Amino acid sequence: MTKTTFSIFINGFKPGKLVIFIFIIAISFISFDAEAQRFPKPEFESGYEQIETQIPVPRSNFMEYFDVFVLFIALGIITWIVLRKRSRTGVFWVSVFSVLYFGFFREGCVCSVGSLQNVTLALFNPGYKIPITVLLFFILPLLFTLLFGRTFCAGVCPLGAIQDFFVIKPLKLKNWVQKLLGLIPYFYLGLAVLYAATNTDFIICRYDPFVSIFRLNGEFSMFLLGGLFLSASIVIARPYCRFFCPYGVLLNWMSRISLFHMTITPTKCVQCKLCEGSCPFDAIDIPDTEKPKESKQTTKRRFIALVVLIPLITLTGAWSGYLIHEKLAIVNSKVELAIELIYLDKHPEITDDPSYTESFEVEAFRTSGQSKEQLFEEAKLVISKFRIGSILFGGFIGLVFGITLAGLSVYRYKNDYEPNKGECLSCARCMDYCPVDDESKLIEKVK
Amino acid sequence: MKEEGTNNEITRRKFLTNALRASAGIAVGGLAVYVAGNSNTKDLVWQLDPAKCIQCGQCVTNCVVTPSAVKCVHVFDMCGYCDLCGGYFRADAKELTTAAENQLCPTGAIERKFVEDPFFEYTITEDLCIGCGKCVAGCGAFGNGSLQLQVRHDLCKNCNQCNIALTCPADAFERVPVDSVSIFKGFSDIEFVNKS
Repeated sequence: MTKTTFSIFINGFKPGKLVIFIFIIAISFISFDAEAQRFPKPEFESGYEQIETQIPVPRSNFMEYFDVFVLFIALGIITWIVLRKRSRTGVFWVSVFSVLYFGFFREGCVCSVGSLQNVTLALFNPGYKIPITVLLFFILPLLFTLLFGRTFCAGVCPLGAIQDFFVIKPLKLKNWVQKLLGLIPYFYLGLAVLYAATNTDFIICRYDPFVSIFRLNGEFSMFLLGGLFLSASIVIARPYCRFFCPYGVLLNWMSRISLFHMTITPTKCVQCKLCEGSCPFDAIDIPDTEKPKESKQTTKRRFIALVVLIPLITLTGAWSGYLIHEKLAIVNSKVELAIELIYLDKHPEITDDPSYTESFEVEAFRTSGQSKEQLFEEAKLVISKFRIGSILFGGFIGLVFGITLAGLSVYRYKNDYEPNKGECLSCARCMDYCPVDDESKLIEKVK
Repeated sequence: MKEEGTNNEITRRKFLTNALRASAGIAVGGLAVYVAGNSNTKDLVWQLDPAKCIQCGQCVTNCVVTPSAVKCVHVFDMCGYCDLCGGYFRADAKELTTAAENQLCPTGAIERKFVEDPFFEYTITEDLCIGCGKCVAGCGAFGNGSLQLQVRHDLCKNCNQCNIALTCPADAFERVPVDSVSIFKGFSDIEFVNKS
């Protein structure tokens, strides 16, 4: 039977023969009734031994746990270097290690910055079982920052470390430029959470500018983006960390209330101003002991204005979020497909055109056997999720605007040169500028 | 708007900071515990489901690595060892020889070897395969469907967000636990050799 089937096949696939071909297939199904396959596996007489299908195994699970261990150790070491040893050289070498290990060896994934999307996805989609290692990558730097400040940013995060090597001639940015650009990470964080929660996309990973450099492989545009960020870092120190990193927002919050934090001076600030220009990230707060003289009236008015404005901006943000929620939802593949199908239904002349070729999405949907109604229901559900998400996203952005505004007008009494706990990346550059000696170390030296 | 740095104010601020820090710690810890309740001790890797795949050919260009980590895998247990292989020959092939003009594979990655009359063995040279799925479509249309696209995990970088998964029109990519990395269509009880 098989031989006859094949002898006909040898003549090739001419359209006329196809009918016979299908016919013979049908017959062979009947004769090999139990077989589900068109051509059952032959029984070889020549003693041929079948090759086994090879399945390469992924990176071992053990290595993922080892990475978490390395992260923990690296965080511990850099915290000790920054807070105790107060050594910029030490931070530099940890940065080198992080770029080599977390960057080039581990090839970037999963990183703490991206893991915030996995955590969000796990929060909102019970179907996604987050690997415990990814969760630890998210949690460990947050806890360390809550205790010791952003030492993770100093040199454990490979994205920050690679930019740090390019900080050569940092320019001082105007305060308003910094404040304005500093709002971008909140947008990025909000969008990333929105898209991760709706299981649409992981935008942080998609637009990670350095991962193609770490992999030495990737799209040209991503290499270009990475190159741009690195060359920008020469004059605008660590642009990604300061003006884009969404994880940095969370670390900023944690660091503001951290239990310990690095200090510029080991003991007591002598107001020598030597460290003033040392921070490439403009994260040193200059002493401000003179409270600006304002009348009670002005401050009262401002207070009332803020109390009214902040909820107003938040509500405006939420409203704008509601207005754009459908636009944001278009990115979702289900919504996109539903829109395409509805459009095609409304315009039958498109599909009637003989030159029409359906898109891969439509083809895949047609062959999947799913009904349109089912897809539309799913798309509707996604859009309703986006409605809530966009309102929250807009409200969040509004609140951030409002609080930033309030922050600009609040007077903070500052006696000494101190790192701004939120913005400071604990890189330890400023410490070298401080002329004050650590007395305890001096005593050790003398001994 | 705040009073000058009297002792009283400092203690108040200190108290507030402490309270805030404690609540932040509890929040982070609570989040960790809550999410850990829905966690997995195994890492997840990407794999494509051949049952959903429509062989659109986008795996070739959409993977972040070049050539793509998606390769054609030959499930020999399903192969009919056909002489006229729908995965090997073009539909308009003049004769059934290994001549390049007869081959469907754009890179010549499929090797055809005579076994015994009328059976031929087909093996895939993975270094040459670009994951276009042309042979998969051919084998699926005319044969048993023993050629299937799969993510090869020695090549896959396991991006947190798979770039192909995002653009796959059939939504065929999914995350699978690290210890069961292959999905095959029409055949489940195959014992495979793990190549490390």
